[in-house]
Amino acid sequence: MGAWLEETLTWGNALLFFLWGVILLAIVLGFVTYAIFFERKVIGWMQYRIGPNRVGPWGLLQSVADIAKLLIKEDTIPRKADRVLFILAPALAYVPAFAVLAVIPYTQNLYFADINVGLLYYVALSGISTIAIVLGGWASNNKYALLGGMRSAAQMISYEVPLVISVVGVIMMSGTLNLRSIADQQGDWFWQWNFIPQIIGFVVFVIAAVSELNRTPFDLPEAESELVAGYHVEYSGFRFAFFMLTEYVYVYAIAALTTVLFLGGWHAPFPFLTWVPGIIWFLLKFSFIVFFLFWIRATLPRIRVDQLMGLGWKVLLPVSILNVFLTAVYLELFVK
Amino acid sequence: MEKYINNYVIVTIFILLGILLPVVALAVGRLLRPHKPNEEKKTTYESGNEPVGEGQVRFNVRYYLFALMFVIFDVETVFLYPWAVAYNQLGLFVLVEMAIFTGLLLIGLLYAWKKKVLKWNSI
Repeated sequence: MGAWLEETLTWGNALLFFLWGVILLAIVLGFVTYAIFFERKVIGWMQYRIGPNRVGPWGLLQSVADIAKLLIKEDTIPRKADRVLFILAPALAYVPAFAVLAVIPYTQNLYFADINVGLLYYVALSGISTIAIVLGGWASNNKYALLGGMRSAAQMISYEVPLVISVVGVIMMSGTLNLRSIADQQGDWFWQWNFIPQIIGFVVFVIAAVSELNRTPFDLPEAESELVAGYHVEYSGFRFAFFMLTEYVYVYAIAALTTVLFLGGWHAPFPFLTWVPGIIWFLLKFSFIVFFLFWIRATLPRIRVDQLMGLGWKVLLPVSILNVFLTAVYLELFVK
Repeated sequence: MEKYINNYVIVTIFILLGILLPVVALAVGRLLRPHKPNEEKKTTYESGNEPVGEGQVRFNVRYYLFALMFVIFDVETVFLYPWAVAYNQLGLFVLVEMAIFTGLLLIGLLYAWKKKVLKWNSI
């Protein structure tokens, strides 16, 4: 990819970039299909069940069947809904979820856009999804959807602040916002990865990221087992599927981002293991984080709504700011 | 310069692909899915009851306060990012400056905390 980036832009190159984008899109859709299957299987095993096992061999086609069902399901739009915004909201949620993937590097040589402000781009775009959620909740013209949308938005903006501040420590240590350089600067010993020097930032980042994804234990705006559904209560068929797709594309994005920022990206944990290709290490770390997200869903109970905002503003935000200054003092004393 | 243009072409392509997928999927879905609307299907969902009143009800002012706090702290982040990138080339002076800036905002957070803005009570 790097060589093509240096060339002058022609229609041929633009087509090439487009095809790479389509390939990534196909990979992401495949990931989402099997992440949902894997999640159900993992939670099944953890709860001493079998999980989906009927459709296809070992139940492998379960998610495919679910997607096909959503695709041929009738699409109802309530009479009172604001039609234009109602239709716009799922697409608006999905577009930034996919667009942020442009800046994620997979190995030293395999990456898409290599922009200087990569991390800022990620943070800025992922914020747009909040608007889509408020929009979906408002346009449905439904009390549950409105309250669910407002709650989701309040939660997402509350945890976005600690999320974006927790990575400032990493930026200070690397001196760049370019995700490829950040991953590159981490060494081949696992203690040289950012998650050990930035352990406070790492913990805050993981907690805030789970909350940003609206996943258990922070999924109370759409708690399936307790409430109706939250902001997407009026959505059916493929429009609903786009909200689900957004959630899982963000799982992909956040797992990849955590790998790049904190877990050394494509670096091996020990120098004598560097003969294993970088992409394998990347995928291992990436898969571990995806598994971790499913694991905590099976393990942790949902937190209460009054604990939710308290945790975000009273604990995570001060801790993440403290982390910035601890990093600053550390750099001042030992590095400069 | 080529690299700069190419990178943003890729970003544009990703955004285009992001728009294209919902458009294509929903257009194809239109051919596949049934379309038999009736009045009952188009009513607003309210746990099976007849919907009462308007859907866009009044909601707690608390959400507005959270939004306000978010704007303040997000702007802080906007300042923190360039500061963090350039930190290694800057001296102790900017560290003190940033400490003062963040300190002022933390006083604001403490004020909101004391005013019980961060406390959640129903709806």
